[in-house]
This record gives sequence, structure tokens and C-alpha cells, in this order.
Amino acid sequence: MAIAVKDNPESFGLGSILLHWMTALIIIGMYPLGLYIGTLTYYDPDYHTVPYWHKSIGMILLGLLLLRILWRIMNTSPAPLPQPKPLLFATKAVHLLLYLLTITTLVSGYMISTADGRGIEVFNWFEIPALPAVTENQEDIAGEIHFITATLLISLAAIHALAALKHHFINKDKTLTRMLNMRQETHK
Amino acid sequence: MNLKTIIAGAILAGTITSAQATDYVIDDKGAHASINFSIKHLGYSWLVGRFNEFNGSFSYDEADPAASTVSVNIKPASVDSNHAERDKHLRSDEFLAVDKFPDAQFVSTAFTPAADGSAILSGNLTLRGVTKPIEIAVTKIGEGKDPWGGYRAGFQGTTELKLKEYGINFNLGPASESVYLNLNVEGIRQ
Repeated sequence: MAIAVKDNPESFGLGSILLHWMTALIIIGMYPLGLYIGTLTYYDPDYHTVPYWHKSIGMILLGLLLLRILWRIMNTSPAPLPQPKPLLFATKAVHLLLYLLTITTLVSGYMISTADGRGIEVFNWFEIPALPAVTENQEDIAGEIHFITATLLISLAAIHALAALKHHFINKDKTLTRMLNMRQETHK
Repeated sequence: MNLKTIIAGAILAGTITSAQATDYVIDDKGAHASINFSIKHLGYSWLVGRFNEFNGSFSYDEADPAASTVSVNIKPASVDSNHAERDKHLRSDEFLAVDKFPDAQFVSTAFTPAADGSAILSGNLTLRGVTKPIEIAVTKIGEGKDPWGGYRAGFQGTTELKLKEYGINFNLGPASESVYLNLNVEGIRQ
């Protein structure tokens, strides 16, 4: 059976599934990449290339995330799977926080690089222009926010992944499989 | 911190300025003064930046230049090399560590005029928590009345600082172990 592109009340469509896993992969990859930048010495051959990749990928992630939010608004998301009320609330809170932390990390990262009025070049492909700085020494404040929210984001993403595994192996529901579009017909 | 030196410098400045009414306040508000630095990039070119926030005063009398004194406070956090990520790096612990050492200061100890009109300004520089005696080669640019009823005097100074001496050990390469300061100072007579 062909996979639907759009979501329906029963399952996620290809659009949501691809957007979810692309953002997931990028977020998981970007965190160690960001930490690695902090360890580079001046004479490291990667001193310029790794930050350049990190910034380029970040701007692509920003685009994907905006698309994902737009896509979510345009679609009717599948109903939450039944679980006790407190857990249902926790699930919703974590999902919302994941969005908020991703946005904050992206915006603060953008604000580091554009604090001097220079735009961000995305893989020599196009440039995201700079917005005027909002505060003195913006790169320092944005830098601290960037590190804190990125660390919270990767930690929460780990909890999110563990929760998905818990649903799959302990509750044996279709939380994980419906995000992979596997065996949907055979699962409840 | 070498508080003694600072106090001694302040007392010295106080005694001299009371003897001669030639006190000047550095015109940082009108930005007729600048603290610029140059450091070689890989040995291939000069990177230039400046410290935007500072204030200070000096006393100077043409009739008795040897009695001149200067004191300047600098905010290292105002470092500006026209590149956000570099400035962030310069403010970090690997360079100026501005969180730990938010103030830098120069207090003169001697002013030695030479026959050709130039002079050597000796003093203590406190940077990154390290106080070291330095010498600044000074040239007087000029002095006189300004068009708005005031009186001004201005100088230029240059000096060389070794980064390692101030606890900055980040390896920028063998050509970039020294930073050169280019100071422009205009004072308004009080």
C-alpha cells in the first residue's frame, strides 16, 4: 500500500515522517559538532570548515523546522495514543519543549554569527542576511543561551527517544512504528 | 592586583596636578581618542581592532613635561575587531577573560622627554589581572585652543605587549606573539 503524503487521524504521512527524522538526525549530529568547534585550535585544518558546516546546517534546519511547523498546521495530526492523563500531559509538554528549544537554539546561533551585521553563508549556496543586533556584545549572550538550550534540547531528545522505546517495548503500542510507517495495519 | 602601585600613581597624580593647573580629561565622549591594537595574522597581514570603552585623564605642562602623568581605565569587554565570533573568542578565557578581569588600567610612573620632542612614558599596565611595567613611545601631536572656547592637547603613543606575559597562551603562531598598541589621546583642559 502506498504511503500517504499527508497525515490522517490514524497515521502520520510521509511528509511528517521525513520532516521528523531529518530534524532528528540533524539535531543529533549538530550537538557534537558544536562541542567539537569549541576544542579546535587555531592551527587545526578544520578551524574554518567545521563552524562553516555547523552554521550552514543550522540554517537548513531552521528552514526545515519552519516547514515542519507549517506542515503540522496544514495537517490533521493523528490522535494521541491512549495513556494515563499525567503521561499524556508529559508527552505534550515534551513535544512542545522540543520545538521551543530547537527554535531558541537556532535563533541564538543565528544571533552569534550575525551580531556584527554579517549574514550567514549557507554552503556557498545562498546567504541568510543579518538582522540588526538587539544588544551590546550580543554574540556573548547569544552564545551562552545557545549552549544551554542546545544541551537541554539534546537531553530532552534523549528522553523523547527513551520514551518512544518504552512505548514500543513495554506498552507495545504503535508510537514508534507509526513514526516509521511500519506494520501499521497489523498494529492497533 | 597591584593596588599599591595604583594608589601610589593616584597620589602622585594628585600631588602633581595640585601643583600645576594643567589637568586634561581624555575626550572619550567626543571620541577624539582611541585605543587600537594590531597583531599579525599568520605573519601575512595586520589584523586591527580597538577597545571602544575607556576613560582617563592626564596632566601635562609644556614648560615642565617631565612632570606629566597619565591614568587610563579600559574595559576589555569592549574589544572590537569588526567580527562577532572573533570578538566573542577574544573576550573568552583563552584571551582577555573579561568575566574574571573586567577592568584594565594604565597608570604612569614617569615621563621622560627626549631632545627631539618625543618622549617615553613609563607606567604600570594591568591587563588580565597581571600588572607589568611598560614603556610607551609618545609623540606630541599638538595643543592649543579649540573653536568652542576650550583648550586641547593631543598625543600619539605606541607600545608592544607580549601576549604570554599577560597570561594569554592561545597559540596564534610564531608571528603573532606580540600585539602592538597604537594610542591616540586628545585631552580637554579642565
